[in-house]
Amino acid sequence: MKPVETTSPTDEFVKGLWRENPVFVQVLGMCPVLAVSNTAINALAMGLATTFVMCMSNTLVAVLRHAIPRQVRIATYILIIATFVTVVDYTIEAISLDLHRALGAFISLIVVNCLILGRAEAFASRHGAGIAMLDGLGMGAGFTLALVCLGGVRELLGSGSLFGVAVLPAGFEPWIVMILPGGGFFTLAAWLLLINYLKQRRQADAEPVREALQ
Amino acid sequence: MAKAGKTLEIGTSPHIASGASVDTIMRHVVYALLPVCAFSVYVFGLAALVTLAAAVASCLVTEHLLCRWRGAASTLGDWSTAVTGVIYGLTLPPALPVWMVVLGGVIAVGVGKFLFGGLGHNAFNPALVGRAFLQAAFPVAMTTWYPALEADRFVGLPASSLTFPFATPVYDVLTGATPLAAMKFDGEATAALDLATGLTAGSTGETGGVLILAGGLYLIARQMMNWRIPLAILATVFALSGVLHLVAPADYPGPVFMLFTGGLMLGAVFMATDMVASPMTNAGCVVYGVLIGALVVVIRLWGGMPEGVMYAILLANAVSPHIDNLIQPRVYGTRKASGGPS
Amino acid sequence: MNGPDSERAWPMYRALVGVGMACGLLIAIVFAGTRPAIEQNRAEALERAVFAVLPGAERRVTLILTADGRVTPDVEAPGERFDAAFDADGNLIGAAIEASGMGYADTITLLYGYSPASETITGFRVLASRETPGLGDKIEKDPAFLANFEALDVSLDETGMSLRNAIETVKPRAKSEPWQIDGITGATISSDAVGEILTRSTARWVPLIVENRDEIAARGRDEAR
Repeated sequence: MKPVETTSPTDEFVKGLWRENPVFVQVLGMCPVLAVSNTAINALAMGLATTFVMCMSNTLVAVLRHAIPRQVRIATYILIIATFVTVVDYTIEAISLDLHRALGAFISLIVVNCLILGRAEAFASRHGAGIAMLDGLGMGAGFTLALVCLGGVRELLGSGSLFGVAVLPAGFEPWIVMILPGGGFFTLAAWLLLINYLKQRRQADAEPVREALQ
Repeated sequence: MAKAGKTLEIGTSPHIASGASVDTIMRHVVYALLPVCAFSVYVFGLAALVTLAAAVASCLVTEHLLCRWRGAASTLGDWSTAVTGVIYGLTLPPALPVWMVVLGGVIAVGVGKFLFGGLGHNAFNPALVGRAFLQAAFPVAMTTWYPALEADRFVGLPASSLTFPFATPVYDVLTGATPLAAMKFDGEATAALDLATGLTAGSTGETGGVLILAGGLYLIARQMMNWRIPLAILATVFALSGVLHLVAPADYPGPVFMLFTGGLMLGAVFMATDMVASPMTNAGCVVYGVLIGALVVVIRLWGGMPEGVMYAILLANAVSPHIDNLIQPRVYGTRKASGGPS
Repeated sequence: MNGPDSERAWPMYRALVGVGMACGLLIAIVFAGTRPAIEQNRAEALERAVFAVLPGAERRVTLILTADGRVTPDVEAPGERFDAAFDADGNLIGAAIEASGMGYADTITLLYGYSPASETITGFRVLASRETPGLGDKIEKDPAFLANFEALDVSLDETGMSLRNAIETVKPRAKSEPWQIDGITGATISSDAVGEILTRSTARWVPLIVENRDEIAARGRDEAR
């Protein structure tokens, strides 16, 4: 599906949030989405780390796009992405050992997140640095938003808290399944269901107008 | 969302009705389950009654509301949701909080059945989907067992049943261990007489093994159930655990203990036989039954959990389309066994 | 490789080697920049854990137990690491030892404190586990369970080579002897596993710590100086 031709820089940023949301619409990068969305904080940290990597790699790929021959482009992209992932990995470990432990191997696995390579290949290698950076920022923001949506629901139901702060009364019985891997699938499915339902409703609302015009 | 009413029935061949329609069969399944329900109310008292009623009611209401919301005619009349509700209720611990029962009922029908496309399209037994969700979400409540024949079981409800929605249940009676848990964690065998009469702690409907068998025989006699599935399951469990017991009697419980404990009877007779989620051919049903039996033995004896019937059946449900793929019915027109989707 | 080919290959080398060198440089800079903070974080986390399992401890030294049963402060020496903890005056409080074993879901790694003076385990902390939240992870949170380890008897018998009484996990609220652990309802396998891990680890470590007690205590006096 070819996305609608975008025009303004703002649009490049905004499209990642909703219309082409990497998680809810493109369903990309599912591995970290399912694995580290068990609490809102983990989800936010993962989202921000991914945003940083995507933003930097998109910019660099766009800057170098004329200097990189087609034959070695994937290898070069991976090199660039892996570098920024390593930078993020060290930085998180320096900031908080607990957070680093909670995110575990998934920080390193940002390297193989198809979303980042996908944006580098499909977008950054064909656009200018400024636009590519905005695209990376937008996609990253959309990814972060989706992760926090998942992490928020899972933490709320699974531990009765949000961003580590208890929000539900003390007697609340946590839904253990929500912080287990299965809960990730359930929550993602529920969000996809809701978003597709809303979309279909909007389309159905637009339908009579189109029919009347014909 | 308004849609035109259905004006033309479209279906694939064959168009010959077999006499017993879905609602007749389902109604008889409910009849077969009634003695089991009555026995569980006798053993566990009002707690079992409330659990069963809440389970059935939540399934029926969910089905009705979802049909309404979709703009389709309500399918309450075909009894299938009632069967799901009763079976679901029978798999739950008697003193489970009512709010959990209702939540699981909504998931059973909403996720296990409706999302797959309603009756005839569910890949998994809906009752077990609901139970599996509860087991994963509330492992403590789902393994806290109300003891059998509690003295004041007809006077009042255990405090846990009436827990405020979404709150942690508090148990006011001393809870018992199921025979399987006692065996697995403490190495204690339950008296044979208690097992035979079903006077042990356990799920609402799993203890009355004899009555479950009787209900199954009733359905088989009326040709409303494929007897190959329960027979294959029970025979496999009996044979496998029998061999293991002979090899190492100290490590593995005997085959009769395996047959009459946990949810095996209920699962083999009423849950594995779900018409939609089990294979279509008779040969397929045997393979399916053997698979369930083997999984039950493996999970119970070597797994971390004392009981594995639910997971065994759900796994076999997932495999059953592939069994159908491997064991194709004979080409139409050549001599073919009477079976069909049963 | 002939002329035109190598001409086409040059931009590839340039791109890969150039980007690779730039990336390597960036990683090296970040590594150097974050290393002190990371080392400090790790040391602090270890110190918190050691002090938590050995109440009263205020100093800590990492020691190595070599294969022939000697203790050396040379952390580069081959052998197994453990931590000795001392109070402010350099008196030996005890040793913090890491142990691991199979739990319900995956390997449980824990750190426990052993006090040679009272011949007891003085506390333990789960370093890594994947036990089921709400059930198995009670081994980290259940106060009644943790109370078992405030003074768990691991005294040696007359030979000084093995424990007088092996650690034993019993049913909840059935503890009657100082070497028994009350299990947790609903987390039988996980609580048994903790008992198992401690039994195996103490059987090996306690005689060695007792044997090297003077050597270990000497390290504390060095530290205090």
